[in-house]
Amino acid sequence: MSTASKSSARIKPFVRHDPLPAKAPPMAQSGIARWLRENLFSSPGNTVMTLVAGYALVWLAMQIGPWLLNGVWSADSIRDCREQLEGATGGCFAVIAERWPQLLFGNYPSEHYGRAGIAFIMLFVALAPLLFIELPRKMLWFTGLFPFIAYWLIWGGSLWVSVMALAGLVAGAMVYKRLEWRSAAGALAAGIVTAFVFWMFLSGPLVAGLSAVVPLQLAPVESGEIGGFMINFILGTTCIALSLPLGIALALGRQSNLPIIKGICVLFIEFIRGVPLITLLFVASVMLAYFLPPGTNFDLILRVIIMITLFAAAYMAEAIRGGLAALPKGQYEAANSLGLDYWQSMRLIILPQALKISIPSIVNIAIGLFKDTTLVSIISMFDMLGMIKGPILSSTDWFGVYWELYAFAGLLFFVFTYGISQYSQYLERKLATDHR
Amino acid sequence: MTDTSIQTDPAAAPPKAMAISDEVAIDIQGMNKWYGAFHVLRDINLTVYRGERIVICGPSGSGKSTLIRCINALEEHQQGAITVDGTRLSSDLKNIDKIRSEVGMCFQHFNLFPHLTILENCTLAPIWVRKTPKKEAEATAMHFLEKVKIPEQADKYPGQLSGGQQQRVAIARSLCMRPKIMLFDEPTSALDPEMIKEVLDTMIALAEDGMTMLCVTHEMGFARKVANRVIFMDQGQIVEQNEPEPFFNDPQSDRTKLFLSQILGH
Repeated sequence: MSTASKSSARIKPFVRHDPLPAKAPPMAQSGIARWLRENLFSSPGNTVMTLVAGYALVWLAMQIGPWLLNGVWSADSIRDCREQLEGATGGCFAVIAERWPQLLFGNYPSEHYGRAGIAFIMLFVALAPLLFIELPRKMLWFTGLFPFIAYWLIWGGSLWVSVMALAGLVAGAMVYKRLEWRSAAGALAAGIVTAFVFWMFLSGPLVAGLSAVVPLQLAPVESGEIGGFMINFILGTTCIALSLPLGIALALGRQSNLPIIKGICVLFIEFIRGVPLITLLFVASVMLAYFLPPGTNFDLILRVIIMITLFAAAYMAEAIRGGLAALPKGQYEAANSLGLDYWQSMRLIILPQALKISIPSIVNIAIGLFKDTTLVSIISMFDMLGMIKGPILSSTDWFGVYWELYAFAGLLFFVFTYGISQYSQYLERKLATDHR
Repeated sequence: MTDTSIQTDPAAAPPKAMAISDEVAIDIQGMNKWYGAFHVLRDINLTVYRGERIVICGPSGSGKSTLIRCINALEEHQQGAITVDGTRLSSDLKNIDKIRSEVGMCFQHFNLFPHLTILENCTLAPIWVRKTPKKEAEATAMHFLEKVKIPEQADKYPGQLSGGQQQRVAIARSLCMRPKIMLFDEPTSALDPEMIKEVLDTMIALAEDGMTMLCVTHEMGFARKVANRVIFMDQGQIVEQNEPEPFFNDPQSDRTKLFLSQILGH
């Protein structure tokens, strides 16, 4: 009795009859002084940190500022630079002004810079529909044609070479389409064989024949002449574009129930990941020649592209496998229970989600790959770094201009990698449909 | 054969046309399944006729989910024969895909595709599996979304919907394939109490339309109202099966009695 009265004294019966209306949130307090106090000077420790960091920033700016601002932009040589500076601190940026064609194009014939430039601009037109889903899907036709056009523009020679390369692919695709209903894997194998047979036996005579009738010729450029940032860019874009699909195939293969396919994929991934990229590049430049029949003219750039692609694909595969593993099992089951077959459920349900999860790691690998293309300077290809180390720094005019050249190279790489990273963040925001 | 038992329940409205034909929808003979050395399903024999509404209940780990997941081959059985709609389930992928396109399934956690809108969730399988033209698939999808009473959500993403709405979308998504049989794997277990009713109402409407249904659920009110047969499983075996009224009022096995006393006791 007493306990009951005690508890009823504590619990006051309550009923709400009119619901509370929603109010606007309180105004955010603002003002610079408040922001400074909260973020920079909230405690003695924080204040000390702010002052130290501020001092470091000012010191850095005072070191770099004069070097940038006093920089000499026109001079014939480093001696000329030093005379103009008269002992003051300042960068000798004249080397960039004078040698930019070499930095960007290597030994590419200067009269054809326009061709490379057009290919560069066309790349962005080709990439646009891949990067922005809002653009008309018809633009993808151009994306599909772009690699062949770009090859023709950069390497020159007969357009028919590109056309035949494309024709081989189309023939393979047609065989695949024809046989697809029987078995996807068999059709794929038949398609690949068709394409190779076409390239091996048909395309050579066809190119010769068609060129004789309709030349469509551009002045040819040797692979050895292509250099500078251009080669980094070609390697970067090609290898990223090729390694992503290969990585997806390897990731799916590694998850396969078929022991042979799974074994091959695991072996490949583990082997490639266990070997330094430099080793693979040496294999491409030196070793491969031993394995190929003598007299085979197998382009060095092509060999390097294959090696970097294989290397990056192994990493891509592991990144994508992470995404596949992160998907709840229910997604696979739901796709299966609706009657979708393996390829449909992968393409429509599993991969779109797994790739979305893997975007940060894929972009990480893409950026790393792009920067790693400078390693080809070690196998004496004259990419941007090779150009700096070789022809420019060893010339008597510019001997000793390290900072300016490497800073320029760094800046150029940063512009592109920062672009990639910003795009990936945009993509992540755009694909966020889970509203967590 | 079931009408009398259902009508003895005063709370339940008399069902509309819930006719059960003599045609066999699912036939399971002598099925056994193991997880490694663990014998999960032991000698299951079950014949489901077209139009039947079967509720499967039992304690957790009794194999009830595994049983219905074997019917559309989400789980593999090691012994025995399962025949669904005249197609014998084998390791042949063509057969499995055929059965899956005839059998709809709803999961405890809905398993909607989060990267697609509600409408795309519903049209995906008809377009890719049935090769239905997009316009037609969308019309069908809207029809079923109206049936589950959420046509206005068609352009949203699953993450924007409540659990009950998501489960109703999942039901609509299955129905868009025009399945002959629907499997429900604890469809209300992950839902708030207030949302359970909206999902059960959808399932009742489906039953009234004559769908063959197998439901793993603990909703005994639903079992009494809709089911024509209740199956009780324990330790991988079918312990008892009966019409709902005798099953609930006069269970024969001690295990069933214990189970019912525990879930209906409070």
